[in-house]
Amino acid sequence: MKTVTIKLKKVPTLYLECESVTPDKFAGKSLEAIAALPCSEGKSNYKLGDWFEISGSAGATAAETKIDVYGPGTSKCKYFGAWMSAGEVVVNGTADMFTGSWMTGGKLHVKGDVRSFSGLQMKGGEMLVEGRAWNYLGAAYRGDWRGMQGGLIRVKGDAGSDLGTFMNGGTIIVEGNVDIHTGTHADGGTIIIKGKAHRRVGGQMVKGEIYVFKGCDVMMPGFKKVEEREIEVDGEKHVFNVFIGDLGERHSKSKGEVVYGHLYTLKE
Amino acid sequence: MTEIIIKNGHVFDAVTGHKGDVADVCMKDGKIVDKVSNSATVIDATGKSVMAGALDVHTHVAGPKVNLGRWYRPEDKFRLGERCSAKIDPKTKIEGGFSIPTVYKTGYEYARMGFAFLMEAAMPPLYSRHTHEEIRDTPIVDEAAMPVFGNNWFMFEYLKNGEIDNAAAYVAWMLRQTKGYGIKCVNPGGSEAWAWGLNCMTVNDPVPYFEITPKEIIAGLITTNEELHLPHSVHLHSNNLGNPGNFQTTLDSLKIAEDFKPNNNLGRKTVLHHTHIQFHSYGGTGWGDFESKSKEVMDYVNKTPQISIDSGSVTLDETTTMTADGPFEYHLGALNHLKWGNVDVELETSSGVVPYVYDPKVKVCDIQWAIGLEVPLFAADPMRTMITTDHPNAGPFTRYPRLYAWLMDKKYRDDLLNSFKYATKVIDATYLAEIDREINLYELSQMTRAGPAQVLGLSGSMGGLAPGMNANVAVYNINPDNMQKGIELENAFAKSAYFIKDGVKVVENGVVLDADPVVKKTYWVNAKVPENKQVMHDINEKFLKYYSVSLGNYEVIDHYAPHQEIIEV
Repeated sequence: MKTVTIKLKKVPTLYLECESVTPDKFAGKSLEAIAALPCSEGKSNYKLGDWFEISGSAGATAAETKIDVYGPGTSKCKYFGAWMSAGEVVVNGTADMFTGSWMTGGKLHVKGDVRSFSGLQMKGGEMLVEGRAWNYLGAAYRGDWRGMQGGLIRVKGDAGSDLGTFMNGGTIIVEGNVDIHTGTHADGGTIIIKGKAHRRVGGQMVKGEIYVFKGCDVMMPGFKKVEEREIEVDGEKHVFNVFIGDLGERHSKSKGEVVYGHLYTLKE
Repeated sequence: MTEIIIKNGHVFDAVTGHKGDVADVCMKDGKIVDKVSNSATVIDATGKSVMAGALDVHTHVAGPKVNLGRWYRPEDKFRLGERCSAKIDPKTKIEGGFSIPTVYKTGYEYARMGFAFLMEAAMPPLYSRHTHEEIRDTPIVDEAAMPVFGNNWFMFEYLKNGEIDNAAAYVAWMLRQTKGYGIKCVNPGGSEAWAWGLNCMTVNDPVPYFEITPKEIIAGLITTNEELHLPHSVHLHSNNLGNPGNFQTTLDSLKIAEDFKPNNNLGRKTVLHHTHIQFHSYGGTGWGDFESKSKEVMDYVNKTPQISIDSGSVTLDETTTMTADGPFEYHLGALNHLKWGNVDVELETSSGVVPYVYDPKVKVCDIQWAIGLEVPLFAADPMRTMITTDHPNAGPFTRYPRLYAWLMDKKYRDDLLNSFKYATKVIDATYLAEIDREINLYELSQMTRAGPAQVLGLSGSMGGLAPGMNANVAVYNINPDNMQKGIELENAFAKSAYFIKDGVKVVENGVVLDADPVVKKTYWVNAKVPENKQVMHDINEKFLKYYSVSLGNYEVIDHYAPHQEIIEV
């Protein structure tokens, strides 16, 4: 795997739209060609070379290309790794909105935080966030009814509200706590919260699984406890209270049986 | 203005009778002329096809429901993968959206495909100012809009009492106030009945409270239309749209036209235009035995010269449906559980917006797709049959090139038909597999140029290449001696080699050059009737009593339509 290192020359005033920073666009290109890729600040058009010092070399295909991103000011760059299908992107710092959104493959490693709308409608690949995530992680884009569909997101810190809304595949693991509306409208997929969740977990969910280790502040009234069971989650075994829901929703049938969403909370 | 000559192209034009023979097309000062001087700009069209600028007879590109669609479908701009704003060209404005594009994208994309004129098919009169503002901001293409009358309280009362003079005076007043083009009628009576939780499923269901039937409404509107000598016929979206077995209602609605004769001096030969007939040609009793009845409907259309139709072909995309047919949108929203928005526009009409996914894996969607292609393929008279997608209801207008390729290449459409998950069931329920016809370029020019121009009463200035007509000319990279097939044909239609609008070259090889020099015109009809005190009294009274705005807030002043082209009748 070959590495391209890009380093911001200065902190942008407005936000930089970095859709070009993916292995798919870098693969097979010379450094000059990479520097000529588009990059806009607000509504002004620039080239990637106007903002970044670019060194190293790109691989022949996306899978053989790794991009190392350095600051200062990566927190003002949007769309890192968005739509990427293979290869690797490492952001040494915090990344702004839409990081890793619409990803279909490859690895994205963010050493700081990711801001709102990251990992939106992701279809595959892995995203590792060492800091915390803001709102709408792995959710659906505004107005859409299809959230994350595949892949894995792991956040070491906390996450914000509306995590995994409209999710219908893939896995999100948050090692810290989350804010309200986790997994609303979920239609599949797995959400694992190692910390505690705020209100309205799993509202209007029709399928999928949500695990909360340190409890939900308030349970939604549409959930019903059915059993207690020992389950292995993320390599650890625990006894969970199993709830089905959201009973207020219209549920589909599979092989004659009604399919429900499942919410698991740790038995104290 | 400069002179332009397009040399050595294969010309397809029903007005001048060119059927692909090599000829030159000359333009001067925005009009087609016989010949030009030696200083004219020469465009070499050797091995290319030349046609007049196309007209879209039925599309939804401006107005409140289109804007609501943009408003509540922010995700629409991601529908083709990456953000559309990623391509930024300094000469054009940023384009966005897929099924409900921004006004800029609408104008540019239509120009890229060689379209010169669009008919916004449903304008709620109360929101006509907004509609005209959006029309004003759509670059390049000329536009007109039709106010809706099929559920209008004034019309109901006048038609119920047989007061055709009053109805005509009201329509004339409305066209003047809203700068409208003709009479649109959506689900006659049904949208009003919906306010009582009902609908009109056949032409004989009475409208509650008004005690008038859809049949009487349609007949009354046609009488009014002919009384006023309007350029376009009544533009009908009949009852019972989208339901299995509705072809009977469609035939009943079409039969109403038999008793009427066209009465105008703008070249229109029809009295009734039935729009998006694909949605109205369904057989069966439910979604299980759902089948095509396009042959039955088209047989009737073919033998009735008073009727014109457009197809409303499904393109198998994810799109956003929007119509003044409120009950239908409620029904669709309940069916797909995605999002639903409806509104009742005071005394005038209702409307709704619902996203819809035409999924090729779903049998019903595939049958709808097949019917949409059968309609133009069964057409005996291409001058009365137009190709539309009822943008965005059956698919976005940007798919017209794909639609043309399906109609012009049997193998291309059959390959898709056979690739469906339920291919055998779809073939059983439709006629498409048996049809060998391939539309040729001349027929296409009739269906998209001369035909719509005649039906809209614009055949004097549009849809042809005769001297004196507007200089709207599209040149495509299609060589009739060695026709491309399938996807290549599609690409050739999507990116015209040249498009000249009013004598200004705006598109070259699919790239919009500069839209600024083009004067974009708004067409409307100024229908004159003797002053009618009764109607003015009724209007004043109803506005005071029921409307949320006063009469003074209603009129579309010239500010909203800076370049008007007024048709006096």
